[in-house]
Amino acid sequence: MSDATDPTRLAYSGGVGSPLELAARARSFGWLRYAEHYVLTMRAFRWPLALQSFGTPLLYLVAMGVGLGALVDRGAGTVQGVSYLTFVAPALMVSTVMMGAATETTYPVMSGFKWQRLYYGASATPVSPGQIAVGHLLGACVRFVIQAVVFWALIMAFGASHSPWSVLTIPIAVLGALAFGAPLQAYAGTLRDEGTAFNFVNRFIVMPMTLFAGTFFPLTSMPVYLRWIGWVSPMWHATQLARRASFGMPEPWWLTVVHVLFLVVLAVAGVTLARRVYTRRLGE
Amino acid sequence: MSRYVPPVIRAEGLLKTYRDVVAVDGIDFEVPAGESFGLLGPNGAGKSTTMRMIGGTLTRSGGVLEVMGLDPETHGPEVRAHLGVVPQEGNLDEELRVRDNIIIYGRYFGLPRSYLRPKAQELLEFAQLTDKADSKVMELSGGMKRRLTIARALVNQPRILLLDEPTTGLDPQARHILWDRLFRLKEQGVTLIVTTHFMDEAEQLCDRLIVVDHGRIMAEGSPASLIREYSTREVLEMRFGADRNAVVVDAIRDIGERHELLPDRVLLYADNGEAALDEVTRRGLRPHTSLVRRSSLEDVFLRLTGRSLIE
Repeated sequence: MSDATDPTRLAYSGGVGSPLELAARARSFGWLRYAEHYVLTMRAFRWPLALQSFGTPLLYLVAMGVGLGALVDRGAGTVQGVSYLTFVAPALMVSTVMMGAATETTYPVMSGFKWQRLYYGASATPVSPGQIAVGHLLGACVRFVIQAVVFWALIMAFGASHSPWSVLTIPIAVLGALAFGAPLQAYAGTLRDEGTAFNFVNRFIVMPMTLFAGTFFPLTSMPVYLRWIGWVSPMWHATQLARRASFGMPEPWWLTVVHVLFLVVLAVAGVTLARRVYTRRLGE
Repeated sequence: MSRYVPPVIRAEGLLKTYRDVVAVDGIDFEVPAGESFGLLGPNGAGKSTTMRMIGGTLTRSGGVLEVMGLDPETHGPEVRAHLGVVPQEGNLDEELRVRDNIIIYGRYFGLPRSYLRPKAQELLEFAQLTDKADSKVMELSGGMKRRLTIARALVNQPRILLLDEPTTGLDPQARHILWDRLFRLKEQGVTLIVTTHFMDEAEQLCDRLIVVDHGRIMAEGSPASLIREYSTREVLEMRFGADRNAVVVDAIRDIGERHELLPDRVLLYADNGEAALDEVTRRGLRPHTSLVRRSSLEDVFLRLTGRSLIE
């Protein structure tokens, strides 16, 4: 008799804790389980992801920092007292990681609810909808961290930062990605159609945010009536923080506190909202 | 000598309403351990809704529901740790390998990889998918995907398996393979809860079933007892041509116990179908085709609701 037909094995072969034990584990660590699934799925795309993680920073740093930088430095001398490459590198890092957030918290969310319905599979187990929401974001976070670390290493290799504090740009970029990604994830969870709204997000939020939130030039070079785009965008706040860490950009200390608070509040609000959206949608 | 064993599932006045629609209208049932219990009814009868309330992924609007003595709404994780769920709509991870789908699902239950690796192998054997272990799910046929979904649902060694329309969309051969696997589980003492709108599936799989329509229970019992109670032993099916069926009915009204006029045929319920057919032909009526068969759950449903199951 093979194992599969042995009536004593399949149903209760032991090795599983009691259902109450399993439930207790899920109540504490269910979010980690979904993150695990998310990372496993990402592994299927590891080569494109790796190529992108190295390629994007390389292209940006060469084109913007070295190419455009030569021109800027010849004309303006320095920006905020440093070379253009030094000025723009931490901002490029933040915007790249945050663009990753725009990908990871849109289409995969639609897939979880609609295309592959992965969320429904998970919600039939002891894992709760709120934990699925957190797990998704946490899994995406793994990508943010990888992107940020690689970008930082390249910044150092290009000599675009000399301060040991610049290592702080890694958590800053990830915090920026969470501050943008979590609310976006909550929004994506409310969408029922095939995700045309995501094109809108990319064109009318991510693009303007990157162009007008002090990434390529200081916000102060913009007319006052356009600066609000920077003030309300998590990208500007994260970028300013990254610049402080990377080359000690001068800034009043209270403004630094505002940057951190702004990002933390946005991330926490986004996660809270996403949990609620997931719980409602998976329970209908 | 019967010792009281509490049912694994108990529903009392179970109710689910959506704004102005009543999906499940106060139903009562109990499922003892080890039974194979069916919910038979057409699409939209409230079967899937009931299943989701059992798993606690859908809140109920009223009534009592207990799974292993626990309320699925307040003890969702505990209840779901007891359950294996095979949903109607697939939700496998198409981009992962077959084996990884089982392993990652087991992780949701907090099971360690040291347990899951051999367990996945065992379940793949059970689902007859060992050859496909390292294929991506998107390469599987519909029947294989369904078997994988069942294998996946068994990863936590559940005492109760919920199967929502397990063979809908499968070809006959795939259905029989699947039924065979489910029989084996039943032999091992797993309680099966099956929803279906296929009467043959209900007859094959269920020890006992409730017939549901518009969220209400129309009848309850074993397939054989339901047929005994609501139908005759045999059924005579006759086709006289679309326009003549209705006319003929009047002439044979008194033969057999009852009759049903369907758009394409007339059904005559009698304990002896051949004798009924003889009487019909003796009256000079010549059906284009005639068939005598045993009564099925389809006839029970037709009797109870005046409609056929698959419309």
